[in-house]
Amino acid sequence: MKNWGFKIAKPRIIDLDTANTKAFEELCEKVPSAKRCIMCGACTATCSAANHTSFNFRKCNIMFRRGQFEGLAEELDKCMLCGKCKLVCPRAVNTRAFIYNMRIFLNDLNYKNIK
Amino acid sequence: MNYSHFILPFSIGAIILFVIIIVKFTKWFRLLDRKQKYFIKRNIFTTKTISATIEAFREALIHRNIYKKNPLLGYMHMSLAFGWFLLIVVGKIEASVYSGTFFEEPWLAIFFKYFAREPHNFWGAKFFTFTMDFLLLIILSGLALAIIKRFRSKILGLKKATKHIIYDKIALSALWLIFPLRLLAESSTAALVQNGGFLTGGLGSLFPQQFAQAIELPLWWAYSISLFVFFVSLPFSRYMHIPTEVALIFLRKWGATEGEQYSGLTNFEINSCSRCGICIDACQLNFSANINNVQSVYFIRDTRYNKISDLVANNCLLCGRCTEACPVGLELTQIRQQLRTKTEVPGKHYYDYCKVEPTKNKTDVIYFAGCMTHLTPSIILAMKNIFSAANEKVWFMDEEKGICCGRPRRQQGFVQQSKDLVSKNTKLISSSGAKLLVSSCPICCKSFKEEYALDIEIMHHSEYIKMLIDEKRIKLNKSELNIVFHDPCELGRGLNIYKQPRQVLSKVGKLVNTEFDEKDSLCCGGSLANTIIELDSQLKIRDDVLQILAKDNPDVLATACPLCKKTFTRNYKGKVMDIAEIVSNFLSLQNNSKKEGKKEEEKILISQ
Repeated sequence: MKNWGFKIAKPRIIDLDTANTKAFEELCEKVPSAKRCIMCGACTATCSAANHTSFNFRKCNIMFRRGQFEGLAEELDKCMLCGKCKLVCPRAVNTRAFIYNMRIFLNDLNYKNIK
Repeated sequence: MNYSHFILPFSIGAIILFVIIIVKFTKWFRLLDRKQKYFIKRNIFTTKTISATIEAFREALIHRNIYKKNPLLGYMHMSLAFGWFLLIVVGKIEASVYSGTFFEEPWLAIFFKYFAREPHNFWGAKFFTFTMDFLLLIILSGLALAIIKRFRSKILGLKKATKHIIYDKIALSALWLIFPLRLLAESSTAALVQNGGFLTGGLGSLFPQQFAQAIELPLWWAYSISLFVFFVSLPFSRYMHIPTEVALIFLRKWGATEGEQYSGLTNFEINSCSRCGICIDACQLNFSANINNVQSVYFIRDTRYNKISDLVANNCLLCGRCTEACPVGLELTQIRQQLRTKTEVPGKHYYDYCKVEPTKNKTDVIYFAGCMTHLTPSIILAMKNIFSAANEKVWFMDEEKGICCGRPRRQQGFVQQSKDLVSKNTKLISSSGAKLLVSSCPICCKSFKEEYALDIEIMHHSEYIKMLIDEKRIKLNKSELNIVFHDPCELGRGLNIYKQPRQVLSKVGKLVNTEFDEKDSLCCGGSLANTIIELDSQLKIRDDVLQILAKDNPDVLATACPLCKKTFTRNYKGKVMDIAEIVSNFLSLQNNSKKEGKKEEEKILISQ
């Protein structure tokens, strides 16, 4: 195909009616404090990883709530789990457990069966 | 030949037991990793084997460790283990002397009284009869304590006893029956042929002849069957700790240590747990937060039966109090971390976004504050103050764009990611050519000491300040302050640093001791290692600790960990200060004024 210098952008509509919100409900059972989040972004402001890159916990949180899992696992791998976000959260959300459980949910990471 | 059909259950049970133990031990030996096998090969024919034998005698039979913690509980274990051991040994000698050969029927010692019916007149018969009765009495007294403990554990100083599973209950019932049945069986025989000692003979004289005749054989059968049940259920119940603990003592003495991965040694460790429940009382989740199903005893049990769940493995503060309390000395926190390990793509890089450029700051000392310390900037300020007072040229490694030390990732089981961070930090540190690394965070400090292969000295700031005082590079003013020191878990139990912070603080004020000091110190509850615990429980733990620490209303509550400080500050009316802040406040002015003149000339590098 000839390169016209233009391309067709992917639609960026998020259809909340068809979005997978089950994942967030499941997560809330493990981390009930996740429901308290008010998206203030304090976690992102203090983040050690966000100091180096565009990693953004608030964004990951919103993506997960809406069921947009594309590329989310790779994004979450940037986190160092240092836990600063947990200490600054004004709503006492256990953000560290939040990220940990999101990552477990999105992947095949599991307990090793060695025995 | 001394034979009766009732010896069959005992003999079959004993054979089954030995076969299962040999099969299991072989399997675990094969699973040992290369390093562990190397150490065992190197040390097996040295004096370490002799000292292991002594240790096995002391711990597995006399239970010195339990005795030290709780004499009554120690006596209970000793009377059952050592008493039974002696009963077997003395019984064997008695049978050998009686039959005149060392190779008599193996069951003769166990059922001796039934077969040795004629009046005893062999050499030492009276002595043996008395000793065997005496040993049986000791075991029965231990058994009585065990039964009391099961129903009223508080009398023996245990607030909570372990909840047992069905295998344990079967084995326990069999064990409880063995000795009373032996007593009754021997007494009934003694009633018929008068071969008993003070205990069996005395009890036997109460039995009418006909009654004794009727119950003698059934009682010997019941005794043999209870032995069979105990032997067969032993490898599947908690009593597997009896043979495994001995093996574990030898393996440890030969130099096998727990590594990062689940190995054969972990198998030996988890099978050495006797489920005594001492760790339940030590656990703060139990006595502060009322969470009763995740303690090490249950964690080890679930791991052993392959039923480990996310909830149990992750619901732990990794404070290490249970490891300290464990009478068997199991490395419980290490095993928990092994179990948390996730399968990952080997060799994958996760933190390429962090560009490591060799630093141009060539100094002798590196200061690594740590992520948490950045949330308590007063500690950083205090450290800067101390560095400048001591005239130290320092490179502040993570002042602006620091990365994590890797331990939080490791604690959650992401080993590959942790290694990635370790290699990045290692490159940075080695590029500076420094000889000393000072960190303000005990968590980072432990990580640097144990997970990094650095050839430079690593110090927590409390150690560093102690060194400065010893070398007279800083002087402190003494005051009348009452100071309570809270030992952070990772600094105390983790790195075994108890004295240095206390020595530093005693130079500034008066140290006040609390109920839980040093090895017994409590966790502040702010630990990151637990991803399950709810906020309320965490706050309950914190408040309980604060209540204990603030009992004598100290002027200052001192600690040496930014996380502990942050946790305490939120609900404490008094002052919570890090050891660095206190030292910085009490730096002698004389020292400072001398310094101020030179300040311009000395370029104190506290920058990246």
